[in-house]
Amino acid sequence: MAKLMDWIDDRFPATKVWQEHMAQYYAPKNFNFWYYFGSLALLVLVMQIATGIVLTMHYKPDVSLAFASVEYTMRDVPAGWFMRYLHSVGASMFFITVYLHMFRAMLYGSYKGPRELIWLLGMVIYIALMAEAFFGYLLPWGNMSYWGAQVIISLFGAIPWIGEGLAEWIRGDFVVSDATLNRFFAFHVILLPLLLAMLVYLHIVALHKVGSNNPDGIEIKKQKDAEGRPLDGIPFHPYYTVKDLFGVSVFMALFLAIVFFAPELDGWFLEKDNFQPADILQTPPEIVPLWYLTPYYSILRAVTFEWLPGGAKLWGVMAMGLAIVLFFFLPWLDRSRVRSIRYRGWMYKTMLMLFAVNFVMLGYLGTKNPGHVDLIWFKNLVWAQIGLVFYFAFFLLMPIYTKLDRTKPEPDRVTG
Amino acid sequence: MKKTLITLVLVLAPVLATASGGSNEALDAVHIDLSDKSSLQRGARTFVNYCLSCHSAAYMRYERMAADLDINEQLLRDNLMFAASKPGELMTVTMSEEGAKKWFGVVPPDLSLTARSRGPDWIYTYLRSFYRDESSATGWNNLLFPNVAMPHVLYRWQGSREAHFEDHDGAHQFAGFEEGAPGELSPGEYDAAVRDLTNFMVYLAEPAKMVRYKIGFWVMVFMGIFTLLAYALKREYWRDVH
Repeated sequence: MAKLMDWIDDRFPATKVWQEHMAQYYAPKNFNFWYYFGSLALLVLVMQIATGIVLTMHYKPDVSLAFASVEYTMRDVPAGWFMRYLHSVGASMFFITVYLHMFRAMLYGSYKGPRELIWLLGMVIYIALMAEAFFGYLLPWGNMSYWGAQVIISLFGAIPWIGEGLAEWIRGDFVVSDATLNRFFAFHVILLPLLLAMLVYLHIVALHKVGSNNPDGIEIKKQKDAEGRPLDGIPFHPYYTVKDLFGVSVFMALFLAIVFFAPELDGWFLEKDNFQPADILQTPPEIVPLWYLTPYYSILRAVTFEWLPGGAKLWGVMAMGLAIVLFFFLPWLDRSRVRSIRYRGWMYKTMLMLFAVNFVMLGYLGTKNPGHVDLIWFKNLVWAQIGLVFYFAFFLLMPIYTKLDRTKPEPDRVTG
Repeated sequence: MKKTLITLVLVLAPVLATASGGSNEALDAVHIDLSDKSSLQRGARTFVNYCLSCHSAAYMRYERMAADLDINEQLLRDNLMFAASKPGELMTVTMSEEGAKKWFGVVPPDLSLTARSRGPDWIYTYLRSFYRDESSATGWNNLLFPNVAMPHVLYRWQGSREAHFEDHDGAHQFAGFEEGAPGELSPGEYDAAVRDLTNFMVYLAEPAKMVRYKIGFWVMVFMGIFTLLAYALKREYWRDVH
């Protein structure tokens, strides 16, 4: 066995990679609950690829066959329903893990130097994931698939001059059609999974170059023992492999509970209208994307001011785009001296908590009729407009309030 | 540009869309129990005899239905397969689309997934909301789905009744039924028959539901044990971390 390893190591750095990235990769010993979601997101990616391969074996990307082929998978393929639910619930679980993973970075300032590139790569992953989910959502060719795609693609039409041509180019037709379904299938099963796998690899390479941040937001590499090992670091393997195994089992228990007992999750993970085949003549009562895109959908719909030059739609689309793009600038918008929320003052703490509440509120409103009253006092539209203003204030005022905020001194060593 | 404008209107003002969607009607709750095989069998009989002549359930196979509902092949062939010759066939409809358009004005929708797209309560309420209406093409109308193209197929069971409407504040409101010729079933028996049919349609919409909960229970037991072991392993390894 040792001889075989030597033979391999002479030709491929197997042992070296294992040591550098697992057995002698030192991670801070004080990771808490929030630090599970990176490895969980990776797990979901692998599961989506595995279940996706099985689904592809039975799926037909053709407008006259697509819907029936999904039902065939659900009924006639052994365990096909299980693969399909793992994949459809998996899409939502992917976003849950990614959102919590991103929130962790905001809690502990993980995006701050020297980890800006990890953050930027992560944001590109997030956008690729949204595209992946959007393309995948068309494939079952349900009525919501169809109308959702129709609406989202038409948003590109709001761009002056090139918009209409661009929307047509994306669809490959004047409306969402067979051409659209075929290309979305190609994007969903080849282009984006490939891109996601490469981006995740780069994300981890960048992480292992600088090392993980931790809930105290201090550099463990500053305090080393005689052999150059961080005093507050522990080898990733076996410590975090066994800890993550525990995290994985809790997460999978939750995941599988949804798959077996509530795969539709009352319309949040699979929408009712999507159990009806796409119908060009019948619009669903309300066209809404799935929950993970609704915060931005809310922002889009909140811009209703037709007096704006170019019309409300153009500004809505720009606001939606900007809402996503602003995340990229976090490392430079945040001017605080400390990373972790533990040592920040009340201003950032308040703003971040409000941001989280606001994000959830926008997401909720995105699934509701803007003209109704689902919260208190005002119509949904008014709340969405308040949410929009706060959303941008959180980012654009960040250089000011993070600078003004009274921070506490950071410890030299990590605290439990 | 027009197309995007239309789409935008649909996005920005779903108020208009909901007004026609009619999703706010109060529905009667139906008790669904997929472990009640005799209810599912009765529902299947009603479905095949009354629904399948005009509607298809084209994603479902006779054979699968028989296997899941404990119906043997002879019973299936004699009582449930009117439009098919082999048990492995899909539950399609023999009526042509042209014929359907001529007779009903529309092609009756496939019913495989109706319990998932409309919900069981909707089906249960819909089938109990027909009333006599001489002004409609079929002589029937429906409170839940006004001016529906479908006649009251189960009228022999329920009998006929008329609906009274009163005008309150400019709104045309339903004000109760007036029973006409009685049907073969009592109101209680009719509700039970429709419940069986709804129960069957819930099964029809997702046959995997029959096994999903049973497998899920054991999966949860396994995950519980696995989580305990994973936690014990983690604690053992982390003993020396302070």
